Amino acid sequence: MGLYASSPRRRIAAAMTLVALLALPWLMQSLDQGFYVSLASRVLIFALAATSLNLVIGFGGMISFGHAAFFGAGAYTVAILAESGVVSAALAWPLALAVAALLALLIGAISLRTRGVYFIMITLAFAQMVFYLVVSLKSWGGDDGLLLLRRSTFGSLDLKDDTTFYFVVLATLALVLLALDRLAHSRFGRVIQSIRENETRMEALGYPVFSYKLVCFVIGGALAGLAGALLVNQSGLASPNLLHWMQSGTLMVMIVIGGVGSVFGGVVGAVLLLLCEEFFVEISPHWQIGLGLLLLAVVLWAPLGIAGLFGWGRSRE
Amino acid sequence: MSERRTILLEVRDVSKHFGGIYALNGASLALESGEVHALIGPNGAGKTTLIHVLSGALTADAGQVIFNGNDLAWRAMHERVALGLARSYQITNLFSRLTVLDNVTMAVQSRVRDWGSSFSFWKPFSLDSAIVDEAQDLLDQVSLTGLAGRRACQLSHGEQRCLEVALVLATKPKLLLLDEPMAGMGPEESVRMVELIENLARRVTMLLVEHDMDAVFRLADRISVLVGGRVIASGAPAAIRADHEVRRAYLGDAQ
Repeated sequence: MGLYASSPRRRIAAAMTLVALLALPWLMQSLDQGFYVSLASRVLIFALAATSLNLVIGFGGMISFGHAAFFGAGAYTVAILAESGVVSAALAWPLALAVAALLALLIGAISLRTRGVYFIMITLAFAQMVFYLVVSLKSWGGDDGLLLLRRSTFGSLDLKDDTTFYFVVLATLALVLLALDRLAHSRFGRVIQSIRENETRMEALGYPVFSYKLVCFVIGGALAGLAGALLVNQSGLASPNLLHWMQSGTLMVMIVIGGVGSVFGGVVGAVLLLLCEEFFVEISPHWQIGLGLLLLAVVLWAPLGIAGLFGWGRSRE
Repeated sequence: MSERRTILLEVRDVSKHFGGIYALNGASLALESGEVHALIGPNGAGKTTLIHVLSGALTADAGQVIFNGNDLAWRAMHERVALGLARSYQITNLFSRLTVLDNVTMAVQSRVRDWGSSFSFWKPFSLDSAIVDEAQDLLDQVSLTGLAGRRACQLSHGEQRCLEVALVLATKPKLLLLDEPMAGMGPEESVRMVELIENLARRVTMLLVEHDMDAVFRLADRISVLVGGRVIASGAPAAIRADHEVRRAYLGDAQ
């Protein structure tokens, strides 16, 4: 697992996937399956959340177990703003991003003083503190969460329309993936990947390692906040479940299956996991046993994830 | 050594203890600019501890370290590197899964003051050809040019030690702390490393910790002897060789 390097083949695959996704709403409507457009939005939003975690874990090497806090912070920011009458996406979404970034800055500045298992536990602890704080606040809906009565408005775009919303989500995800691909090949991206490989060596070479890790952690948190802002619009509910540690775990499973440290790993994992959930839950409520076996198989035989199997992961030789 | 030299590094009464054991016990040392200064001493004398204290990996309990006019107390490791103090590791410490070239480009890029900033998120690194050129040049200097595309973990031990030196050189240090550069090397590899250090000696001041006495007496302008956490002698190789205390404590008083 060296430094991340894109291949032309991977770019072609990404472009083809994008074209297919652009055609998806049209295809679903012609099949009279409009419901799936909303599901597709949900899948892409989780893909964005998983991608943001992949930046932190896969590229930065920081095994954060508290990513749900930032995801939920974005969702609650939009819902709370909507309650007080702010429904403009141009205002609410950047604010959701900023709130999540600020939270990541606070949690990161303290947690990043620890390493290894301690870092995993302290990020988990902070995220659970945020979870219990929100659950205990009756004005924010407590256990029930906060309903979003109106979707955000975005200029002349009608986000209430599922297809329009889907295209906004798709555009956001595509832009973030493009930016992440650029970042992975930039000086900053090389620095954080090298810190993942050998932190003490980087410090001995004169890099202020803590600052780089913190910046990476904050970018990851901010993007998770953006995903949260989108998700609350898709589902219409800012639920405490979004902040729960199981949500952090789900995002982690997504990137492990999809491919840790690969730009598209989060997308592959989110698509696979959510589609399995959607279709297998009807066959058996115990479908997660199958998921467990899949996870086991990936860890044993494909440590770079599904994306790695197709050569979309980190360069190997 | 005829002209007068300035003092580049001064270690004053530095102590460091781990529990009840004093690894350093009032060690003092002065390095002149431009010299190769060897630090020798028996196992457990505190040589590596001193390197750790100098590089910032450990904080001294007492004493002072002055480098190029700067008091190093409380300066983090990366700040010391920026001042021109670089170290190599006794146990090879590389980016083992990265290519040899990537190892060196990361080291070259660390001199952000020369390249702008590493907080650059959008521009592809592949356009930073000046950094890559400099890295290639460093690989030439340590004779690893042909291996640029290999992963560091695929190199032989001797090649890894040379790569280690290239990484340290890339930071353009004023003072190089070399912690047993010849550790674990075969005779041929050692010869290569001695030649490499001889070449570098013309450009950079060095503090060399080494057990290979042939190499030490060949390379060093001056030698300090560390015994029990204290420098018991410091001087030219011939004087050290003749010093009775040193012979008794370290070189082995055979007769």
